Amino acid sequence: MNYYTDNKVLRHYLSHPLMQRIVEMQENGYTQAAKFNYAPVDFAEAIEGYEQVLNLVGELCAEVIAPNAMAVEEDGPKLKSGRVEYAPATEKNLDIFRKAGLMGISLPREYGGLNFPRTIFILIEDVVTRADAAFGNLWGLQDCAETIHNFGSDEQRDRYLPRISSGETMSMDLTEPDAGSDLQSVRLKATYSEQDGCWYLDGVKRFITNGDSDVHLVLARSEEGSVDGRGLSLFIVEKSCGGVHTRRIENKMGIHGSPTCEIVFNHARAELCGSRRMGLIKYVMSLMNGARLGIATQSVGLAQAAYSEALEYAGSRKQFGKEIVKFPAVYDMLNTMKARLDAARSLLYETARNVDMAGQFSNLSRQRNLTPEERNESKIFAKKADALTPLVKGIASEIANQNAYDCVQVHGGSGYMRDYVCERLYRDARITSIYEGTTQLQVVAAIRYATSGYYAQLLDEYLSVEIPDSIKPLFERVKRLSDSYKLAVEKVQSLGCQESLDFLSRRIYEMAAYTIMAALLIGDTASNEELFASSLCSFVALAESLVAGHTAYIENYTPEILGIIKDNIK
Amino acid sequence: MKLNIIVLAKQVPDTRNVGEEAMNSDGTVNRAALPAIFNPEDLNALELALQLKENNPGSRITILTMGPHRAADILRQGLYRGADAGVLLTDRAFAGADTLATSYALAAAIRKIGEFDIVLCGRQAIDGDTAQVGPQVARQLGLPQVTYTRKIIELKEGKMLVERSIENGIELVEAPLPLLLTVDATADACRPANAYRLLRFHRAAIPTEQATEGFRYAEQLAADTELQLKEWSLTDVDGDATRCGLSGSPTKVRKVENVVFQAKESKRYSASDEDIKALVSELLANHTIG
Repeated sequence: MNYYTDNKVLRHYLSHPLMQRIVEMQENGYTQAAKFNYAPVDFAEAIEGYEQVLNLVGELCAEVIAPNAMAVEEDGPKLKSGRVEYAPATEKNLDIFRKAGLMGISLPREYGGLNFPRTIFILIEDVVTRADAAFGNLWGLQDCAETIHNFGSDEQRDRYLPRISSGETMSMDLTEPDAGSDLQSVRLKATYSEQDGCWYLDGVKRFITNGDSDVHLVLARSEEGSVDGRGLSLFIVEKSCGGVHTRRIENKMGIHGSPTCEIVFNHARAELCGSRRMGLIKYVMSLMNGARLGIATQSVGLAQAAYSEALEYAGSRKQFGKEIVKFPAVYDMLNTMKARLDAARSLLYETARNVDMAGQFSNLSRQRNLTPEERNESKIFAKKADALTPLVKGIASEIANQNAYDCVQVHGGSGYMRDYVCERLYRDARITSIYEGTTQLQVVAAIRYATSGYYAQLLDEYLSVEIPDSIKPLFERVKRLSDSYKLAVEKVQSLGCQESLDFLSRRIYEMAAYTIMAALLIGDTASNEELFASSLCSFVALAESLVAGHTAYIENYTPEILGIIKDNIK
Repeated sequence: MKLNIIVLAKQVPDTRNVGEEAMNSDGTVNRAALPAIFNPEDLNALELALQLKENNPGSRITILTMGPHRAADILRQGLYRGADAGVLLTDRAFAGADTLATSYALAAAIRKIGEFDIVLCGRQAIDGDTAQVGPQVARQLGLPQVTYTRKIIELKEGKMLVERSIENGIELVEAPLPLLLTVDATADACRPANAYRLLRFHRAAIPTEQATEGFRYAEQLAADTELQLKEWSLTDVDGDATRCGLSGSPTKVRKVENVVFQAKESKRYSASDEDIKALVSELLANHTIG
């Protein structure tokens, strides 16, 4: 079994035309081969290398990580004298991934990393999270190293990054008991000691994934007397320096293998990462965008796992003398799962490529001044990345939940038993639409791109691709979806009422996401009809029913309805 | 101490996942339908070699395989996991070899490699299941051997303490170096390929591959000698053609029969203690168990 090679859709995203540029920039024109014996000499070798590593990951995930997932969950992490002990199966997984050299995927070679582009990291994460979403968290937190790479000092980069590449784990310590979605209220106190020439942290963080990590990134209040986000700075704390311990591991619904910790900082020695006061407004925003893309990926991995599990079960379970997959009521569910999965994945990789390119330009700008054309291009990619990230985080996580729900349904009574993987998927998926910003907060982040007309502009761009005649009718239907979406946005804006806009924004958001996903599937189908034509056909129908439903809701809406609603929930 | 370790590996058809097309209608194996893989117990042997290398820094692992050109892939897989060099023994003269002719050729190649302290190989290959090649190589080289190795306990003063599997237990044996160990599946599973090594050593090639059209890494091979895999013929290892291949193989397969076991008689036992006792003593008496 191999979770990469058994899924041809993943390979498709390696062949996207933009990959050539992404890799060219990532490899700085293939100039590293002379210095590092594992650097590619050209684009063809780079892609071959990504494929080989994906192949390795696919095999390890199918043969080791997925079979271990049950033991990871059942044993779970344990708290012993302020330290977290992973489940033995988690230790085994980490050991294998360290030996396989998969802990510094996107770090530069100077720091012992593989120097893979963001898009490839996402492909690998897609495969890993399908095998075990909880292990995906521990492994995926290596991405925090990007923050040290982007904003830390040269000396910090030299000191920390090679350790992450070789497998030390990380965490991002942001949330506090009174600062969840509202991070501006973070209170953890940072004080500078002139005498010791360093910072000390005191306070409590809550709901910290992998809170007993080797290297912590901590958001803390460095400016005494400040009350908002501008008084917060980002710090690096090392477990080995002491002063930070775990006092509780949360007992959660799912992702049991990923310890969620309450941690106490007691005069913990810390060093500033980047500039003071920029902690929340710059670094954490960047960190969170990366984390959101990570959760979107985890969601797609889970949606894939749910679909694969359901498909396998439906093909082997017999009732009334035939496999249940042959009953319309069952294949309807499976088809919908597959269509949603392919659509979410298409949006995921579109987002990943733009985040990747935006990152490439920002790296380049640290080496030299960008030309005016480059600056312009850089802005376009960054804006797309910013607009698509909340869209994919919210929608992919909702789809992961829908697929997990349907997966249990396909299994029937067996799906409710602990014996099958699907009930774990169901519980694991539930967090994806909550952590790193709830779907509701993704809507808040995304809605400005609906009202500004930016999503409409993106739709026009996606629908300007050349298409084969065979998908012309579907293309026309997607165009009509796009028109309906635009009309709905107009209608909502014409109400001229902020509360109504806020109230209807979830529906607008879903319409935008579904229409954009349909448009992206048009592009995928245009380049690989065999792989995507059937999902496109199914997804367009699905998007039509969602858009029609939301259109009806919005058409019949008047601001007076808000009063009735408030009465209703009194 | 720095050790020179040789690991014998075989490329075999993956008989663990046999589909309907696995056998030709004439009863021979349809190799095209079965993916070629690294023989599983040879991977256990490689893992023990890698552990020895970890505990004895500066040691060197050479992986040796005999087969057609495509078996060079096994050498690369060994390099991905941490082996240092690879030798492919390939010649038409080796074709059709039974275990005796195979062990003769491998022994000749090991002599050509020269200095070595330990030869490790899997207990048996999943295509032939003979478990003969390892012991025969040891005999040809006049080496002490430990079969069914599951763990290397220690290496001290030129002697190795080894744990080997025996029926119903394990046995500790000590043997002097140089020696040959055959390793079974109870030994540690082999570590995975390493991404960094994969990206570097996927370029590694035998001369025949280097000479094929479209080979892209000539420049890298010139600069990085570790990428150059060795390819030896019968003459390279000073072999005697009459002792190799078909002509060197006393084994002659006359006929292959497909034997299906069928229950000819059956007995019923109840779940009572007495019946279970009776069943156990009967199985003990006819040596089905025990």
